[in-house]
Amino acid sequence: MINDTLYKRRYIIAAIMTVVVVVYIIRLFSLQILNDKYAERADSNALLRKTQYPPRGLIYDRNGELLVFNQPAYDITLILREMSDKFDTIGFCNALNIDIDFFNKRMAYIKDRRKNRGYSRYTPQIFMTQLRPEEIATLQETLYMYPGVSIQNRTLRDYTYPNAAHVLGSIGEVSQKMLDEDPYYQRGDYAGRDGIEYTYEKALRGEKGTEIMLRDVRGRIIGKYENGAQDIEPHAGTDLTLTLDIQLQIVAEQLLNGKIGSVVAIQPATGEILALASNPTWNPALLVGRPRSKNYADLVHDKTKPLMNRATQAQYSPGSTFKTIQALVCLQEGGITENSVFPCNGPSSSPIKCTHHHGSSITLLNAIEQSCNPYFWGAFRETLEKNGYGEKNALFKAQYEQWRKDVMSFGLGQRFSDTDLYEQSRGYIPTKEFYTKYYGETGWRALTIRSLSIGQGEILVTPLQLANAISAIANEGYYITPHLNKCDSLLKHKHFTNVEPQHFAIVKEGMFHVFEYGTGRYYKLQDVSMCGKTGTVQNSQGKDHSLFVGFAPKEDPQIVLAVVVENAGFGATWAAPIASLLIEQYLMGKIERKDLFNRISTTVINPDVKKR
Amino acid sequence: MSRNVRIKYALDWTTVIMFLGLVLFGWLNIYGASYTFDQTNIFDFGHRAGKQFIWILTAFGLGGILLLIDSKMYNLFAYIAYGVVVALLIITPFLAEDVKGSRSWLSLGPVSLQPAEFAKVATALAIARFMNTYGYKVRSLKDLFIPALLIFIPFFLIMIPQKETGSALVFVSFLLMFYREGMNGIILWLTLVAIVFFVVVIRFGTVPLPIGTGTWGFFSCMLFILLLQVGMLFFKERKKKETAFLSGGIVFAFLAGIIINNWYSVNFNYLSIGIILAANIYLAYIALVSRKTKLGWVILFSICSIIYCFSANYAFENILQPHQKTRIEVLLGITDDPQGDGYNVNQSKIAIGSGGFAGKGFLNGTQTKLKYVPEQDTDFIFCTVGEEWGFLGTAGVLIVYWLFLMRLLKLAERQKDTFSRVYGYCVASIFFFHLMINVGMVLGVMPVIGIPLPFFSYGGSSLWGFTILLFIFLRLDAARLEKLR
Repeated sequence: MINDTLYKRRYIIAAIMTVVVVVYIIRLFSLQILNDKYAERADSNALLRKTQYPPRGLIYDRNGELLVFNQPAYDITLILREMSDKFDTIGFCNALNIDIDFFNKRMAYIKDRRKNRGYSRYTPQIFMTQLRPEEIATLQETLYMYPGVSIQNRTLRDYTYPNAAHVLGSIGEVSQKMLDEDPYYQRGDYAGRDGIEYTYEKALRGEKGTEIMLRDVRGRIIGKYENGAQDIEPHAGTDLTLTLDIQLQIVAEQLLNGKIGSVVAIQPATGEILALASNPTWNPALLVGRPRSKNYADLVHDKTKPLMNRATQAQYSPGSTFKTIQALVCLQEGGITENSVFPCNGPSSSPIKCTHHHGSSITLLNAIEQSCNPYFWGAFRETLEKNGYGEKNALFKAQYEQWRKDVMSFGLGQRFSDTDLYEQSRGYIPTKEFYTKYYGETGWRALTIRSLSIGQGEILVTPLQLANAISAIANEGYYITPHLNKCDSLLKHKHFTNVEPQHFAIVKEGMFHVFEYGTGRYYKLQDVSMCGKTGTVQNSQGKDHSLFVGFAPKEDPQIVLAVVVENAGFGATWAAPIASLLIEQYLMGKIERKDLFNRISTTVINPDVKKR
Repeated sequence: MSRNVRIKYALDWTTVIMFLGLVLFGWLNIYGASYTFDQTNIFDFGHRAGKQFIWILTAFGLGGILLLIDSKMYNLFAYIAYGVVVALLIITPFLAEDVKGSRSWLSLGPVSLQPAEFAKVATALAIARFMNTYGYKVRSLKDLFIPALLIFIPFFLIMIPQKETGSALVFVSFLLMFYREGMNGIILWLTLVAIVFFVVVIRFGTVPLPIGTGTWGFFSCMLFILLLQVGMLFFKERKKKETAFLSGGIVFAFLAGIIINNWYSVNFNYLSIGIILAANIYLAYIALVSRKTKLGWVILFSICSIIYCFSANYAFENILQPHQKTRIEVLLGITDDPQGDGYNVNQSKIAIGSGGFAGKGFLNGTQTKLKYVPEQDTDFIFCTVGEEWGFLGTAGVLIVYWLFLMRLLKLAERQKDTFSRVYGYCVASIFFFHLMINVGMVLGVMPVIGIPLPFFSYGGSSLWGFTILLFIFLRLDAARLEKLR
């Protein structure tokens, strides 16, 4: 009965079965152990990571007044796979108060992989961003009717005052560069793009959280993954207190009304910036939310360049305001003493004429008071030619380098590297190489560069640098790098000038005389010992720039100011009263000289300046 | 004539323990697959795991009853059972409701049964009974006519009116049993070659040859035939001179084709057919001269192969349903469609692959529970094993299954009568076929044919069907000691 040799065939059959099982085990080994792409895909299938956006840090002024806070905003996202064919497009558009064309355009954009690189039918795609609560109210109530649509909470910036736009900066969508550099950001995130929002982005933004939800094949949220054990709580951003005095800032912006120019106010003892105004400016609320892009474009295309922070980015020759620093450097280098005198022939002086009328053989004190050009030319020449010219002018050039270093020790002609001001220009104190290249090794002498003696010519400074240099005078020999964040660590950035303290008294006295007897005398405040220096700067753009630097009170300086009004004429006419009114505002807390305030704040010097 | 042996001692407990292990592990996975985060009780009868628990208990009861029945009764009632099942299969399409395009479920009050699952048992019994006939032996193909007919009737009834392709194809596995019982092994190899030719012709049917016209798919099949012809002549017939002549001719013909191709475009598909036919004439000449009839088979095989390869492409393009065609295309990697027809397999690979070495842990799988994997507690239950128990779980299950199959073969071989042995091989073949197709489908190496994984997939009919299949065999095995030596 039993088959004889056929029983051997059981081995063939067993072998077939074994081969299949072994092949499958190998296949499983490669699927489950060698290959890890499946684990990632499983995660992206089933886990919906909802980003929890933290509230951004608030910003206060030095007196604790709230300047910048958050308002709720909403993004609308779509998961295309869940939007059925019966999606009520018209209802959806009506709920959002948009037209069908806009809807179709957005959908086309979302689906275009070239423009929308993160496109997937399975993940939320951003349809509209930064809607205000009233804009989404209707949709919120009927959200259940639109499968695949969800509303994501965000926050937008809101501002107490329409001021200080340049200082505060704004928030915008992260750029490709930021995405590449910082893995924290995801496409569509918002980050500080300029001003203090940019500098302190990392502190202000806080830490995003993640909520991990389980999502089934139809995209329905089933619940929290592991009951939220893997969720990450968002951490609110750190609040920031600025050194700004918002009331002073408001007054500064009002005074600049209708003018192109800037104001820098610093507390000299601390380097804290009390006001930093640049005009034309705008209401920071214009660059929030959906109108941002339109308004931003508007600012970009404005001929008056409102986006430029003139207080820190505009570069001017300092003109007569530089004579204060010139005097100090010449004293330090021994080119002059406090008692040196130079002749002045008034407007017929040579090679530089004087714009003022005063007695000849003038002293340093009077030269500062009267802003005597020939005196400073003489002092400058004496300083540079102190050692003669030497072989191939080497001695002269070395002395020029020394002069340059002394000037730069006041923080001029270089960016402040230890500050929190993002937008800065460098300014320029010409190098000896610059002149050598231009005139040849021996082709230039003190006479060649005589414009420098009165702060004209190639020398360029920013209003911030100028104010800081005056801080160093107020402090008699040092400055603390100007900054915006009111915190102790920044107070340690103390820099000493090359000029020794004993030389400052005479210059301060000269600046005091400016307000007592000189170009600033009309704007002296009762009972306040004010020091200052006006400047009327020739420039290639038209009418002279009106400049003023100063500080008060003389004995214990509380505030240093640098004011620039472009193409406004004499420094004494515009910049000086602005500075005077700001000193009043800061020291008295209010302005009594209402007539002067009204006259300055309502005068339009440049009709192109728009008020935003 | 028989000894009364207590079933407790005669029963093969090794198999029973493996059966229990697979069923219970399967049950845990059904619980895992249908677990919906809010449900906590595995015995909740409103859910699948709870329902399956009832099916398992009744299946155990059924197995116990089958063990108590006298083993001779199975032989006795084999044809009757077959007749009843065939009758059920005939009436089913008329009574059944359309479920996903197939009419195979009979509703009996609260439960539904699928007669196709029981057709396997009845057919296996009927064939075993027939082959147990005194003096029956598989010597040539015609001896297989009646068994083939016994298979064909349920095969046809399940395939065509009920549209249950998967359940019908299970009968193909009986080839293994026939092979064991003496069917010519060539049939197994021919089946294999047919599958390989089909896959190659379809898979590479659109890949052009580097020179001339023609496709890699068809051309490589033709090359295989030529190699077979030369090989047979050399290895089987030991004709060195003729082999050299034939291979020289083939190489010359191809070189000529390549040269002519410089002026006229040569279709190498047709050229290779021409060469095969010419080689056949030469082989026929040798066969006639030296009376080597084996060469005749080679000639027959090569001609049939040419016709087959030609028609495979035609059948693929014109006879298969579009959805079957895309399934095959996706399986063969011709088209990639992770959201459409490839979705199921793609998701099942994700689920299994994400399990890693040790899995995500019991009830911690996300892909199956969130229903990314279709049919996650029936045909694709292996995904849950893969996701929650990892490679340890899947390899473990496969190894237990392998041991189970080996054990069944061992039991089948130790039977003293043909009836039990044939039935035993049928049982082993059916389990093997289900394992191979189901796991292969989940792993993306077999086409998506919906057949359950025995003991794992949710469903009363299949669990009952497999339990009956196995326990009848265990009863027959226990009875081998009852027979006198």
